[in-house]
Amino acid sequence: MPAIEIEELSKDFLTGFWRPRPYRALDRLTLSVDEGEVFGFLGPNGAGKSTTLKLLMQLLYPTSGSARILGRPVGDLAVKQRIGFLPENPYFYDHLTAEELLTYFARLFGLRGAEVAARVGRVLDDVGLGAERRLRLRQYSKGMIQRVGLAQALLNEPDVVFLDEPMSGLDPLGRRHVRQLMLRLRDRGATVFFSSHILSDAESLCSRVGILAQGRLVASGRLSEILAFELRGWDVVVAHLSDELRARLAAHARTITALSHGRYTIELPPEASPEAFLRELADGGAQVVSLNPLRETLEDYFVQSVGAATARETGL
Amino acid sequence: MRTIALVAGAVFKESVRDRVPYSMVAFAVLLIAASYLISQLTAGQDLKIIKDLGLAAISWFGLLIAIFIGIGLVSKEVERRSVFALLSKPLTRGQFILGKYAGLVFTLVVNLSAMTVAFAVVLAYMDAVALPEVRAGWPAPALDPRLLTGVLLTVAELMIVTALALFFSTFSSPLLSALLTFGLWVAGHFNQDLRNFEAVLDVPVMVWLARGLYYLLPNLAPFNVRAEVAHGVDVPTGDVLLTLAYAAVYIAVLLVASIAVFRRRDFK
Repeated sequence: MPAIEIEELSKDFLTGFWRPRPYRALDRLTLSVDEGEVFGFLGPNGAGKSTTLKLLMQLLYPTSGSARILGRPVGDLAVKQRIGFLPENPYFYDHLTAEELLTYFARLFGLRGAEVAARVGRVLDDVGLGAERRLRLRQYSKGMIQRVGLAQALLNEPDVVFLDEPMSGLDPLGRRHVRQLMLRLRDRGATVFFSSHILSDAESLCSRVGILAQGRLVASGRLSEILAFELRGWDVVVAHLSDELRARLAAHARTITALSHGRYTIELPPEASPEAFLRELADGGAQVVSLNPLRETLEDYFVQSVGAATARETGL
Repeated sequence: MRTIALVAGAVFKESVRDRVPYSMVAFAVLLIAASYLISQLTAGQDLKIIKDLGLAAISWFGLLIAIFIGIGLVSKEVERRSVFALLSKPLTRGQFILGKYAGLVFTLVVNLSAMTVAFAVVLAYMDAVALPEVRAGWPAPALDPRLLTGVLLTVAELMIVTALALFFSTFSSPLLSALLTFGLWVAGHFNQDLRNFEAVLDVPVMVWLARGLYYLLPNLAPFNVRAEVAHGVDVPTGDVLLTLAYAAVYIAVLLVASIAVFRRRDFK
């Protein structure tokens, strides 16, 4: 059974005061996410990612279409009992401490007695806020609030977790922490549905992704299906490159670009033999700093698909 | 029921953290200071004045709490987006509204109870220090149980005001909610005039409109028995029960309307 089923889901917002007109934020989205998957929901700002998540949380009502979570309609209390949700840029009652807020939420999930304190303590430790649990939230930084948001989303040990821009506001350490948390959730068998415009996160975490642009799903599938992963060339960084050798290499290099400290980056076509090229560099007295194959990245694909959708929309 | 109680508990905790109970301290100071001044300036009438003043102050402080907390109960949650995480938890929007209402009513009852105790202490002190001949001239004892009828009806009136503030808070801004609630509170005290509008203007459309407004707007005048109880006049039990029943029905209608509006809302 899919964990999340979205069928022909659309949402229009009315814009304009005197003569309100519908603006389509989400257009006939159809998507299915299997149990235990980490699904990345990608797209530029304003693509409709948060709208989709709010529709799944029934914070918004759809103009048409439907969605089911764990086989039940969204908004069903039995579903809410088994899901976690981190809103984008979350805000919580700042007169409470993290411990008080999570205790309140834990009780809403039906936890009682010593179980509440134990669960609250565990999730606060999990998100790295164990030491700050008794500080009022108004004293928290943006990154700490984001961690509280994650903690409340994991409080009920959910089967499906929805995270709207979970890396937002986090420093590199915090982002790594969240990535590890998501992988732990996956290992526990939970389904993770997260929105992001940070593609490297999706590349390192997701089994499948969906790419949204202008409210429409422009691509969806496994990364291996979406990306060809075929070799597009070689990138070589060298030092001590003489003018004579540079002139000779220019014949079979695509580009040679000067870097700082006398270094150069040389892009070779895919058919070039890197071994022969390395020999030629060594014979000419150059020093090889690095050699990397160039493959299509999610970012390339993202730029192409989102760019094409935008061009279709604007007619450019 | 447990879920509603949890939401209500959170509202009460927020009001305590926002220093709402300070209003009780302000009330006690005001009443004690006024008692002292009045006892210096008047002869024989001081008890009646203190009773009037005490009941009026309880009503006004309660009104401030009801409006200023009530208007932000829902709209603040929506504006600050704290409602996003909360409504993803296992609670319905109806439970959310009922919990918010119950929490504010509990806050009001705690505050008004404390003010009533402070009021009783001042009255007991006046009773204790009054000369026997002065006490004999009082139309009613200082600690007259009828005063509690006045406080009870004030609580019921403020419960209606809270329901109004909550209703407006489900779809409008705090400022507009405050204006509408206060406006209806004022109109509610002059509602009786709408019933007899034909005596003022003989235009059928206007008379029907006035009659419609009479039934739509809250009728708050029957809740104000402060003058009667301050002067030791009995308020018939039947009248009190009828007024309380009216409050219960009006509050129920407002809560149903609040839930209906809030259920349909999109949170962008």
